[in-house]
This record gives sequence, C-alpha cells and structure tokens, in this order.
Amino acid sequence: MHEFQERARSLVQDGTLSYDQKLRRLAALATEALPYPALSADCQEALDKRVICDMFEGHAPYTARYILPDYEKAVRQGLAYLELPPPTNLADALAFLQVMYANVPSVTTYPVYLGDLDKVLAPFVTDDLTDDDLDAALRRFWIGIDRMLPDAFVHLDLGPHDSRLARSIFRVERSLRQSVPNITLKVDPDLTPDSLVDDGVRTVFETGKPHFVNHPMMVADHGERYAAVSCYNSLKIGGGAHTLVRLNLKEAALRHAGTADEFLTTTLPRYVELTAELAEARIRSLVEDQHFYDTHWLAVEGLIDIHRFSAMFGIFGLAECVNLLMQHDGHDGRYGHDDRTNAYAVRLVERVAALVADRPMPYCDGGNGRCYLHSQSGIDLDEGVTAGCRIPVGDEPDLLQHLETCAPHHHLFASGISDIFHMDETAVRNPEAMVDIIRGAFRQGMRDFTFNLDSNEFVRITGYLVRKSDLAAIEATGAARHSSDHLAAGAEANFHLTQRAVKRIGCHERDPR
Amino acid sequence: MSATLADAATGDVSAITGFVADTITFSNVDGPGNRFVVFLQGCNFDCVACHNPQTIPLAIGEHFRTSVADLLPRIRRAAPFLRGITVSGGEATLQPDFVHALFSAVQADPELARLDCFVDSNGTADDATWHRLAPVTHGTMIDLKCFDPDIHEQMTGQSNAPVLHSIELLHGMGLLYEVRLLILQGVNDDPALLRRTGEWLASVDPAMRVKMIAFRAHGARPHEPALVPPSHEALEAAAANLQVADLQLCLV
Repeated sequence: MHEFQERARSLVQDGTLSYDQKLRRLAALATEALPYPALSADCQEALDKRVICDMFEGHAPYTARYILPDYEKAVRQGLAYLELPPPTNLADALAFLQVMYANVPSVTTYPVYLGDLDKVLAPFVTDDLTDDDLDAALRRFWIGIDRMLPDAFVHLDLGPHDSRLARSIFRVERSLRQSVPNITLKVDPDLTPDSLVDDGVRTVFETGKPHFVNHPMMVADHGERYAAVSCYNSLKIGGGAHTLVRLNLKEAALRHAGTADEFLTTTLPRYVELTAELAEARIRSLVEDQHFYDTHWLAVEGLIDIHRFSAMFGIFGLAECVNLLMQHDGHDGRYGHDDRTNAYAVRLVERVAALVADRPMPYCDGGNGRCYLHSQSGIDLDEGVTAGCRIPVGDEPDLLQHLETCAPHHHLFASGISDIFHMDETAVRNPEAMVDIIRGAFRQGMRDFTFNLDSNEFVRITGYLVRKSDLAAIEATGAARHSSDHLAAGAEANFHLTQRAVKRIGCHERDPR
Repeated sequence: MSATLADAATGDVSAITGFVADTITFSNVDGPGNRFVVFLQGCNFDCVACHNPQTIPLAIGEHFRTSVADLLPRIRRAAPFLRGITVSGGEATLQPDFVHALFSAVQADPELARLDCFVDSNGTADDATWHRLAPVTHGTMIDLKCFDPDIHEQMTGQSNAPVLHSIELLHGMGLLYEVRLLILQGVNDDPALLRRTGEWLASVDPAMRVKMIAFRAHGARPHEPALVPPSHEALEAAAANLQVADLQLCLV
C-alpha cells in the first residue's frame, strides 16, 4: 500500500504531466488495487520475470485493447447513445465523427481507429464540393484530431482505391505535418494506381506517414472489412483485439539449456503456453467479469460485435533469441547476415505460429477461436532486446538482404509485423523507386511496409511517430503535449532510435511505473 | 521510349562477356524507379570531374571479365523490387556487343522480361551503335558536359559534336529519357552559355527532361586549380538561366 501511495503521489505531483495525462495514469494505477486475474504459479513467475508481458494493461481490463468501430454503419444509422442522427453533409459528418471519437475507448483511453475515412466520408463528397473546400474542411478536422486526441496511436486507413478524399488527406498531411493521426494506405496490385502509392511516398517524405499494407494478403486473413490500427495492428472492422500479450523470445532462449532444435520442442512450447494462459485469463476477466461486450454502447448499437474480436499473441526479441541459440550450437552467424541463422529464425516463427494455431482461445471467433499472431514492435522499457522480428538497429544489412530476411515471416502474422527501412536523402528525388520497392515487397509476400527518411523531422519509435523537435523539448523541460512523446523519450533512451526527447502526444506502450 | 523489341536476339547470348567494373543492386539515381546498375570498365573521355576515375582506363585486366550468365542471377535476385536495369560506366557503348547481349538476355528471361533496359552514356557512340542497341533499349540518359565546344574539350579532352548529334538522334528515335548537365562552378555555369544550352535543348525537345547535377568532390581526382562544388543557390541560379520553354529541370 505504501508503494501504491508513493506512485499515486509522484503522479499527482509530477510537474511535467498535463492534467489529462495525470488523470489517465491515475486511472491505470487504480486497477492495480484490484487482484490480478488468477494465474498459475509458472505463469505468474514468467510474468514477474518479464519473459511474458501483459503490456501493462492493468489488473482488471474494462475495455478491449483495440476497438475498430464500424464507422460506415454508424454514419448510416446514427448513434442512439450519443443522440446523433445520421449526417447528411460533409460538415455534419465530420462533427458526428469528432463526437464519436471522444466516446470510443481503448487501452490508451484514445481511439486507436478513426475509420477508413475515404470510405466513411465518401457519401458526403459531392460534385459541387471543390478540392479547396474539401481540403479546408479536412484541415480543420485534422487540427481537431491532433489537439483533442493527442496520441500517436490514433490511426486511420485509406485505399486501396484512389479517391478525392485520399488525395486531399495526403495534401492536408503534407501541409500540417502533425504526428497525429497515424495513417495506413492499403495497396493492391490491381486496385491501387501507382500515382496514389507515389502520393503516399511523397507524404512519407514530409511526415513519415503513411504505413503501407498488402491489401490482398490482409483480405485473405481477415476479409474485406479489416484495418490497420494503432501501430501495425491489423484487425477486423466491427471487432478488434481484447488484449495483447507478448513473449520475449530472448528471455526464453536465456532459460534454455540445449540445442536450437530442442528449443523448438521444449522451451518454446512451454513459454507459448504460459503466454496463452495469460491471454486467456485477461480475456475472461474482460468478458466474464467486467462484461465489456454486454454493456458498452458500441456493442449495444451493433457497431462492434464480440464475434469479430480475438486477442493478439505477440513475440519479440527474435534476433537475440536466434543469435543466442546459434551460439549454443557453436555457430556464429548473425540474424540478417547468415543464411543458416535466417532459416532457423523462419522455422522458429513457423513453430510459434503452429503452436498458437493449436491453442483454442475463448471469445476469439474473429480468429477462428485462436489468437492472432503479432510481431510486437516494442515498448519504451525494452532494453537490449529488438522489436518483433526486426534486425537490431544499426546491424541492418543492405536493403535487398534486409527485405529477404524479413519477407518469409510476414505471412504468418495476421495481426501485423513491422520492419522499418531507412532511406537516405536521394530517395526524395525518385519517389518512383520507393513505389517499386513497396510493390516488390508485397510481390515477395510482405504484409507491412514502413520506411523513414534519415533526414526526416518525424521519427518512428516503435511504430508510432514523434517529431524530433518534440523530443528535444522533452529533453529540455520534461513536458509534452502528446502522451506518446513520453514513451518515445523512454524508447529513445533505451534504443538510441534517434537522440533523446519529451512530448504532448501519448502512447500506451509504456511502463506506467 | 517505345522501342519495339520484336527483333531482340533469341539465341543464347549468356556466354558473351564484357569488362564490368561493379554492379549496384538497388539504385534510385540511375534512371526511372529502382534499378540494378552495371558499371562497365573503360571510357573514351578523361573528364576532370569524373567521380569514378577508376573506371576510365581501357587497359583492363581479365579480372573484370564478366559474362551475361554471371550477371543474370544477381539481377533475378533483385528483380521483384526493380523497375529496370541500367548500364553505365565507364562508357557503356564502348562494349555494344555485351550491352546488346545483356539486354537481349534480360528480355528473353521470363522472370526479367518486365524490366526496362536503359543506357547511361557520354553520347559519343556513332549512329551504327545506337541503331544496333535500339531494338533492345528502352531509354538513354546522355551526359552533356558542356554546350560550348572549347570548354567541352577542356573538360573531357574530346569534341562535343558527337554528343550533340547523339542527343538529336536518340530524341528522333524516341529513346532519349534525359540529358544530364554536370555543373562545375566557374567552368560551365556562365549565364549566357547556360541560356544558349537551354535554347538548344528546347529546340530538340521543348519538354526535355534535364537533370542538373552539382559537381561533388567525392571520388574525383585532385585538380589544379581545385574544382568547386556549386552551392545549392548556385545550382538554382544555373537552373534559372537554363530554363527555356517547358524543359523539365531536376536539380541534384
């Protein structure tokens, strides 16, 4: 109790946190006064030792982690809970969405999904509306999003079809250069014209957004109604993820005595099951104890459906894991640089995928009764361990080798995988070259593609974006307007992803302590 | 850039060899999109500002000898991510048989046939060489070191007459993708000269794509007096002087 009080006191007295940031962190802290969902002794120990991780979602989950409301349905039928009739023009639709966003929960307290806006708003973009009108309206809306939802995990989707809305959104993005909202462009070789991908690439040069996803691969896993939300989480629209748990493969490898082959049949299955146990306990707490899906207005009005939810089973630290296990076997190859090590990494991930596919999970109809596999992109406190299946920062091989190392993993991660490719300044003068690489990545079976310009003001931390200038301000003052900026500062200090920094934009992937 | 490829060689050309200095798997500065680049050894110019002077000598060792068959697996590996391939140099057109064989082999390979084939050249090849390469070539990028013949000779040791002729010829054949001007401060950036250059280029093609490249000391040999890399402002001023008609200028 004394420690609890100390943490509460340090939050309320922290001069670098805004009122809202204190409020949200105190709420997260409060659930720690409740007992944790019941776990076996082995599972509890693995959690305490951080071999497995609950992403600090709290002791009593009372919202799904990631929620993807069906906004198209919402604007068609109106919202009873919020007393909003269906909008009939663009101005009303934008006001409608702004109100709705403020009432969509998530583990961050901010909505992680704002809709496939090109589709949601399409009925309201009439021929009499000029591009200038459209840009002006979206510009006001965009500023509202950044200031009222100051969290870099706030995310919207566009594509795969071209549209006036997608083009306008990219123009507004380039002119405003905000870190919120984050954006995904869905890319289909048959449906998405090069010129739209090119427009996306030019927008990355200015703002670090959008992220690109392989539309046909996503549709094969989730159906047409899917979206990428938060950072690199691909889930069903009208559904989402109850929770995200993750397994630190490096820590698992450190607890293994034996060959790399034996790891796949002994230590790995043991920790996969402990991770699954943690997921199941948290799902049951959310569904059976807190009754989230019976009571929340989004469920009551049919804008989410528990049958379109699953949970996310994350892994990270693959690079350190396979390097350690290869060393055990007397082989000194490095992940990303050595064929044998890379081939073993693929076998290991395939084994995880098979184990997760064999583990029934309650309330996970969205994933056919199983968790979605996810390559988890890190949180601010991770130190000495690399995100997901990435190659360690600074050890990346040449671009082709990098792509070849990553591509074989992507099809296994239905709920997303991220590899961030760094481009030098020459890329800016030849956006077509980036279009070729993105098209090629998807042709080679990659699911997600993100790139950064080395010179960019915007930096991807684990997956979300921060501005270097905001980080510099945190360094100087300790305060930030975006809640995710604080996370980025922690991640930067541990990962050396940029230089250090502070912020206004928030993110949930944070140790609350 | 609508070369018909109907008469591309169909025989086995994979054993044909050339002198290859180096290859680059991904390049975004050697033509449209992302490209695999083959740098051929040997050049008939001796430019003061050359940033790859080691590729100039023609007296080449056997260790440079590379067959088409050696290159194809390297290109296949990168192919999913490529728009095309570019041969550069050195001076690629000094080895027309090899270039022809490489392009023919790429176009005959089911995995590679969608790639386009470009030549980056100093423009000194004769008409017969261009006509020989045309059926297997989709585009060319020609360096114009200087429009003024005397300055050109000082810079390269050669006349610019064949270069100007190649630019006209290739444009007429639909094979001119871009002309490149390397800007050396105080050497070829005189405003009146650039204006004449722009007028001549626009007389060939009013909408010509022209890449203006600022000289960079990196890689170049020492020179007396020292060559000066133009500032960004100087490059922009040079572009303003060059701009005529609808010339599409790109500054690098």
